[in-house]
Amino acid sequence: MATDLAFEANRQPSPMLEWATRHRVALASLFLLVFPLVMPFKALAVMILIYGLYALGFNLLFGYLGLLSFGHSALFGAGAYLCGIAIVHFGWPWYLAIGLGLVAGMVVALVIGALAIRTRGIYFAMVTMALSQCVYYLFYQAVDLTGGENGLRGVNLKFVNIFGFQVDFLDPLSRYYIICSFVIAALWVLSRILASPFGAVIEAVRENEARARASGYDVMLVRLLTFVLSGAFCGLAGALLALHLSTVPIETMHYETSGLAVMMCLLGGMGTFFGPFIGAAVFLLLENLVSVWTSHWQLFVGLAFMVCVLFFPRGIWGTVMERMKA
Amino acid sequence: MAGLTLDLIGMQLFAGVALGAVYVLLAIGLSLIFGMLTVVNFAHGAFYMLGAYVGLWLMAHGGNFWLCLVLVPLVVGGIGLAVERVLIRPLYGRGIDYPLLLTFGLSYIIVELVRITFGKAGFPFDTPEVLQGAVDIGVGYFPLYRLFVIGATAVILFGLWLFLERTSFGLIIRAGARDPLIVRVLGVNVSRVWLIVFGMGTAIAAFAGLLAAPLQGVIPEMGGTILAEAFVVTVVGGMGSLLGAVLAGILVGVVVSMTSLFAPEMAKVAIFALMALVLLIRPQGFFGRAGLMS
Repeated sequence: MATDLAFEANRQPSPMLEWATRHRVALASLFLLVFPLVMPFKALAVMILIYGLYALGFNLLFGYLGLLSFGHSALFGAGAYLCGIAIVHFGWPWYLAIGLGLVAGMVVALVIGALAIRTRGIYFAMVTMALSQCVYYLFYQAVDLTGGENGLRGVNLKFVNIFGFQVDFLDPLSRYYIICSFVIAALWVLSRILASPFGAVIEAVRENEARARASGYDVMLVRLLTFVLSGAFCGLAGALLALHLSTVPIETMHYETSGLAVMMCLLGGMGTFFGPFIGAAVFLLLENLVSVWTSHWQLFVGLAFMVCVLFFPRGIWGTVMERMKA
Repeated sequence: MAGLTLDLIGMQLFAGVALGAVYVLLAIGLSLIFGMLTVVNFAHGAFYMLGAYVGLWLMAHGGNFWLCLVLVPLVVGGIGLAVERVLIRPLYGRGIDYPLLLTFGLSYIIVELVRITFGKAGFPFDTPEVLQGAVDIGVGYFPLYRLFVIGATAVILFGLWLFLERTSFGLIIRAGARDPLIVRVLGVNVSRVWLIVFGMGTAIAAFAGLLAAPLQGVIPEMGGTILAEAFVVTVVGGMGSLLGAVLAGILVGVVVSMTSLFAPEMAKVAIFALMALVLLIRPQGFFGRAGLMS
């Protein structure tokens, strides 16, 4: 086993793979630009973008830092609600509302994270889940602002004004490209974070916490910062969801939405750059297909979860990457 | 606040203890399973719900409540045994997150299967006739069934205590929670112990679900909400500690019933505030051992 590992370490990845890794954001952008042209349902394509971004934010924490959070619905939901509330109740312009959603995700992440990182290991999943339920009840009860059980309605956005151009947001294709531009920006930021020294520290903490601490890194701070960054991605995804659906259902906050991020990440391959997106795409496509002939989609979600955990822990993209490196 | 008397507070305190009894049973199962197997059972709420539904089915097929109290834990505990043996056992040694994710997926399946079998709508669950009515407990008339819930929980706790402290198998469980490796070296079949502990945990969860059924009715989603609350109890009490689970369960029950008296809209949020407070002051919980989680 030990010799195997040494052998792995000495091997150079193929130049092709290295090139693809270096230009991963550009390649992904290219793909995302062509994607709606081959995809028959534009609304589904937008959902894949949004949930892909959500899973991406989750993956930063789970895949790269190694912390399993079951409270990401609170970050996603806070982004969606705050963006929606800014538009519905205060008439903010759309770009500011998106910014508010992103900040809301970070703020909620800061509060949940500050409490949850005080505990270690397996506690983390329980505490984040409990705190997200708390956020759920708070939003549920603030009926005047959030619409309570009925969700927030009327997040209507007909036109967006981009540098003086009126773009029809109701047109599926232009809506896709507007949301896509945010997603590509997020991918680029994430890629830069991961390639930065801080990104290396994140993975170091995952691999060996004690050694990272001994090397002089403040492990708690790294965890909190990563959680907040994760909150920014999820908050942005939530804000885009509010604009896309033009309503925010209360289920966005429910802990099953947290499970969704876990599922997509696991399915696509946790700790891989494109895994969450592929997971989100496969998950949502399957959901669309299966829902046609049965209303018991949850059963398949559960089964997929168990199959992934038992037989397929690297996920789709993780397995592909492994094959390519071998 | 007119009408707020000491008697009312006393009554609410008792109601809190009855509510807390259900939390205690759930948290004890979670804690027992975690302490031994280091598995956080996200399907615990689903087993709780399953307990109520199996009870419902038995009642509809001519069983009575007392028979249910015995049969429900046996049936659901049996399912728990199968789950551990077939699904969770392959995951030992593969990282602490995998069993958690597996049980999370399992809870989806259990809930959906119950929805398919019994429908999405909920059912009322009749309080057994002998336990209807109320008794005078000094500060006012208190529903007899809630007293029964407190009593039944006390019996289960006492039985569990006897089992863990006074039997040789209990000794193995306690030793296994401290150091499974040494216990294995001593020639004990630890896998079998883990199997039984998981079965016991799920059986107690099912028992709790059955006890709670007459109080709040039966719906497929009943396990989801209470799971988060049971997590709060385990975090407050300290994971792996049975005494902690008992005290924290009662405390959480009392906090819920007291806030619903004084500020009903805050009742749902209060217990999470309590957890936040405990995490700030004592992250390992009341009786949790520091370093258990690492």
